[in-house]
Amino acid sequence: MATRSDGPIIEVRDVVRTFGAVRALDGVDLAVEPGIVYGLLGPNGAGKTTLIRVLATLLRPDRGSVRVAGVDVVADPNAARARIGLAGQFAAVDAFLTGRENVEMVGRLYGLSPRNARQRADDVLERIGLTRDAGRQVGTYSGGMRRRLDLAASLVGRPEVMFLDEPTTGIDPRNRLELWDLIEDLVAAGTSVLLTTQYLDEADRLAARIGVIDRGVVVQEGTADELKDAVGGSVLELVVPDGHHVRAMETITAATGEEVLELAGRRLRVAAREGSRTLLEVVRALDAAGVEADDIGLHKPSLDDVFLAVTGEPTGQDTDVGHDIDDPASTVAGDRSRGRRG
Amino acid sequence: MAATIEPSRLPSPDRALRERATFTSTVADTWVLTRRNLLRNIRLPQVLLFSTVQPIMFLLLFTYVFGGAIGQALPPVAEGEYINWLMPGLLVQISVFGAGQTAIGLTDDLSKGVIDRFRSLPMARSAVLAGRTFADLGRNTAVVTLMLLVGFLIGFRYQTSFLRFLAGAALGLAFAYSLSWVMAVIGLYVKDPEATQSAVFLPVFPLVFASSVFLPTETMPDWLRVFADNQPITTVTNALRALMLGEGALPEGQVLASQLLISLVWIASITLVFSLLAIRAYRRAVN
Ligand SMILES: Nc1ncnc2c1ncn2[C@@H]1O[C@H](COP(=O)(O)OP(=O)(O)OP(=O)(O)O)[C@@H](O)[C@H]1O
Ligand SMILES: [Mg+2]
Repeated sequence: MATRSDGPIIEVRDVVRTFGAVRALDGVDLAVEPGIVYGLLGPNGAGKTTLIRVLATLLRPDRGSVRVAGVDVVADPNAARARIGLAGQFAAVDAFLTGRENVEMVGRLYGLSPRNARQRADDVLERIGLTRDAGRQVGTYSGGMRRRLDLAASLVGRPEVMFLDEPTTGIDPRNRLELWDLIEDLVAAGTSVLLTTQYLDEADRLAARIGVIDRGVVVQEGTADELKDAVGGSVLELVVPDGHHVRAMETITAATGEEVLELAGRRLRVAAREGSRTLLEVVRALDAAGVEADDIGLHKPSLDDVFLAVTGEPTGQDTDVGHDIDDPASTVAGDRSRGRRG
Repeated sequence: MAATIEPSRLPSPDRALRERATFTSTVADTWVLTRRNLLRNIRLPQVLLFSTVQPIMFLLLFTYVFGGAIGQALPPVAEGEYINWLMPGLLVQISVFGAGQTAIGLTDDLSKGVIDRFRSLPMARSAVLAGRTFADLGRNTAVVTLMLLVGFLIGFRYQTSFLRFLAGAALGLAFAYSLSWVMAVIGLYVKDPEATQSAVFLPVFPLVFASSVFLPTETMPDWLRVFADNQPITTVTNALRALMLGEGALPEGQVLASQLLISLVWIASITLVFSLLAIRAYRRAVN
């Protein structure tokens, strides 16, 4: 960062934002150091998009303070806007303009001269792999191309801080890998990135630090390793025969004192704080209760387990397009409705 | 994609960007958005069709379906040609209908998240609404020109001077501009693009028909006539007609000067009141 080498680039203190009776943000605290990717995880309706909208000056918090790149976002939104780039959860590009026209327009609105805007538009389009399609109207683009164009547009102002709301949702695996490269290059060039994601592998790969947000509060924070350690030694996963769920869960809880999570397909999961000793205890207890497990194994915890342990709910990771699919595994107690923009 | 590009192309963040809107930057932003909205009018087929085919259809249908029957009942300045009477009225009618596009364009941008994108940029806030209404003024100018061309082809002749004729067209456009702000307010409150369609056109139909746009108001029942004679669409239509056809086009007891003055007061007050309301509605709609 040219301007600041010390202190957080994003600083959120006790931010509350309600929509009627819904407390979308319920006292969020967050500090992000400059020059890293910070990953925000959380189930549907947790408040990720709301937080990004507050950070990007689109929503005023009811309470609390928000500083981005040293600027008080609430008091001086325009100064903040000159330093940020936003790629929202849904691509906001004009179908009737060409790809290049879209990016150029955003460049102009960042205050670039027409020549400069054109030059930079060409650069980012090339970088994001859309040069060949830049002269076509966006109405003819695929969904993934639109999202990439949206990202290109937010890069054209060369922002110090980028906010990316689920940047790779709906993007094919190859382009996703390339977007990951792009994000890493951005950070190498000095940009700080805050992104939300439904994909834990994405957070694992990109994010130097991760915050888990649930019901409008940051419930866990740290590096991926720290978060995994916090779950405990290992995770025990077992498959039980049909109809034995409840008995098995009760038995395991009685034996280990841990809450058992029920996944799809007769699959149960429980933290094994004492590794193989826990495994043995569980096997013995199940044996005594007359439940025979079809499959049982000990794993190192993944970010999935962190997510499950912290929010008590599975993510939508297994579904290819995240929360857009009505998969019970991706729902969250409470609310899965997404508010319309604006 | 990225595989073919060396990472060095990626520029470091820069801080050369402006942080405060100045007069010049506001003008530049307004122009950028006006241009964008004009492109929307030209490139979206449904908008282009609405702007061109629909007004001409009105012109032709009214001229040839009603023209023969109505011609006799008109004041002498129309020279027995309904088109002469109709043309000034239709210029007002398409202004009113066309203004609805302001609302539809705004709700479209709101629902697609484009307004959010604009609001996350360090641009002049006023440019969003100004760029929208200016583009609609540009669109209306093109539609009015097209209508007049077709009108001339099928027999419309102004009866005054070319200057007065131009003044009449300008008056119609100014009225259209003021109505853009009314429609902007409706759009910003309704927000939903589909609902906006009806929210915009429902009130427009009775207002246009209960006016002097198509026919003199003399034959309307008293209760309706009181309304029709005093609403701005009638005042502006009358002024426009007097500018294009001469004072003989005005109802008994009216003169051009006063109709023109009242029209300008209407236009100025509608613009003032509704632009303030629109700015408020805009702030409310986005937070
Ligand atoms: N404009 C709004 N009006 C009303 N409620 C809203 C609005 N925006 C968000 N909410 C509510 O706030 C809560 C948080 O929503 P938010 O969009 O921030 O969740 P999210 O974490 O981004 O979820 P997802 O993973 O589905 O994108 C939800 O309960 C949502 O319904
Ligand atoms: Mg979201």
